[in-house]
Amino acid sequence: MENHSIKNLDKIANLARQNIIKVTTEVEGGHLAGSLSCIDILVVLYFKVLSHNPAMPDWDERDRFILSKGHAAPALYTVLAMSGYFPEEELYTLRKINSRLQGHPDSKKLPGIEISTGSLGQGFSAAVGMALGYKYDKKNGQIYCLVGDGECDEGQVWEAAMFASSYNIKNITVIIDRNRYQIDGETEKVIKLEPLKDKWNSFGWETMEIDGHNLNQIQEALEKARGTRTVIIANTIKGKGVSFLENNNKYHSKPCCREECSLAIDELNKKLEFI
Amino acid sequence: MDLKSTRDAFGEALVELGSENSNLLVMDADLSISTKTCLFSGKYPERFFNAGIAEQNMVGVASGLSKTGKTVVVSTLAVFAPGRSYDQIRNTLVHSNCNVKIIVTHAGLSVGKDGSSHQSIEDIALSRVIPGLNVIIPCDAVETRAAIRMAVNTPGPFYIRLGRPEVPVINKINYEFKLGKGVVLREGNDITLIGCGIMVFEMLKTAKILEENDISAEVINMPSIKPIDKDLIRNRARKTGMVFTCEEHSIIGGLGSAVLETIEEEKNIYVKRIGLEDTFGESGLPEELFEKYGLSAEKITEKILKIYKKERSGYDC
Ligand SMILES: Cc1ncc(C[n+]2csc(CCOP(=O)(O)OP(=O)(O)O)c2C)c(N)n1
Repeated sequence: MENHSIKNLDKIANLARQNIIKVTTEVEGGHLAGSLSCIDILVVLYFKVLSHNPAMPDWDERDRFILSKGHAAPALYTVLAMSGYFPEEELYTLRKINSRLQGHPDSKKLPGIEISTGSLGQGFSAAVGMALGYKYDKKNGQIYCLVGDGECDEGQVWEAAMFASSYNIKNITVIIDRNRYQIDGETEKVIKLEPLKDKWNSFGWETMEIDGHNLNQIQEALEKARGTRTVIIANTIKGKGVSFLENNNKYHSKPCCREECSLAIDELNKKLEFI
Repeated sequence: MDLKSTRDAFGEALVELGSENSNLLVMDADLSISTKTCLFSGKYPERFFNAGIAEQNMVGVASGLSKTGKTVVVSTLAVFAPGRSYDQIRNTLVHSNCNVKIIVTHAGLSVGKDGSSHQSIEDIALSRVIPGLNVIIPCDAVETRAAIRMAVNTPGPFYIRLGRPEVPVINKINYEFKLGKGVVLREGNDITLIGCGIMVFEMLKTAKILEENDISAEVINMPSIKPIDKDLIRNRARKTGMVFTCEEHSIIGGLGSAVLETIEEEKNIYVKRIGLEDTFGESGLPEELFEKYGLSAEKITEKILKIYKKERSGYDC
């Protein structure tokens, strides 16, 4: 865990966004908008909160992060590369044949991936299993799991939530990327999730609600949640960081074209100057 | 040849059937843009129900809806039905003989870059093993339309497996789908090729290359996996004595296995199953993946030539 200032994290998040946009444009694929909505959370986790060692991904005492919304793989690969798990150039093999960077995270191929995800609802159960294992072994590590808001449609999410409180597991933090969109539209129009916080409370979880793009709030919430069973509902914006991508669900699984990419990079570079 | 994806044909067929049959309801699980049920929901919003990302519940609700006299189509990606919702399909939908048509898209390796988590290579095995579930894999847009029309108008549960990419249109526009029947697309005397779905076009290409190598291959499209055309398979297998099956699926439990089961009591017939050899796929372009995993016409031809040389002494090319 390094001692990055918030200002520094802000820069890292900006560069991570640039990476995500450039890579997905270059390889002509990848879930762009849902990667941009969760990248601030991932940056705070990998650069500030997680106790991990990129040189030793299997280090026994590590905290663990599970990306249950596996389609945000471009965001996860970016923070893994930027924190030293593999060279940043390798990001450009995303979704290509013979690559370690599969369309959805593959734990057999890439170090740093705790478990394969991509089929929604399943990563969270596995995260609960890891938390139970750590509890059983009396380990100090915390398990962090990012779940999509649409993903909460899956019954399995609630089965896992019930399991965790039933076994009084207190070393797991769930962060919900509450960007209010899934593929077919706004979450509240597809299948109503609200009152989401109350639901989690009634399933035996502590809850917090934050601005999922405010690095201070993210860090504080994650630190406070350590050693508890907490859901952080992170209010986010799908496509966050680039004006024409924000709340534009067209970019759920579609990258920018080359022109849009350079506009986006320009916009982010301007913001970088002010950090 | 025209190109069209079977999922596009599915979306259009639903709209067409929806205008004829006000009793037809459609459900999807947050993938209506990918599966193309969005065409139906756009036209008949009151007859469309989005279950959200909850495939198990979708199958259960559809089963119940069908018991109130409706014909229901449920759709998602092949990996999530039967995959995610298997027990619901087995123990509710098929067990109670519900009038629900499970019509899925994005089957097999041709999903491409999304990778193995989204490439269903087990669903033929999973579906055809359930007693009473009809299993259909159309090879092109025309056959898709015909198969869906037949399924919607035939009471009982169906599983129809469709793909993501555009594929050549092989069949004539007036093609009529016959449940339980295979279709001979090309006659030949030396070997029999049997396949389904996207592989049918690869087989036709293969047969052409084989012809240049003095091997006469007959090509059979086998869209009806269950019930399967036992007579056709037996007759043709007896005739050539050498059968190759091709499928965008694991060689365990799929079409090839169904063909083997059909001729298990026959003597002196050589059968080779071509498909994924007990491995997951990966990310990549469909063409690259077909090449790497041995499903392209070129790779299939290579395999057949090697076997043919060994099995048929006297053949020299
Ligand atoms: C079990 C399952 N069903 C369907 C899908 C297809 N799918 C991929 S992303 C997605 C929408 C996810 O929505 P959300 O969790 O809100 O993610 P975000 O909008 O943040 O990208 C769906 C339905 C899947 N990956 N897994």
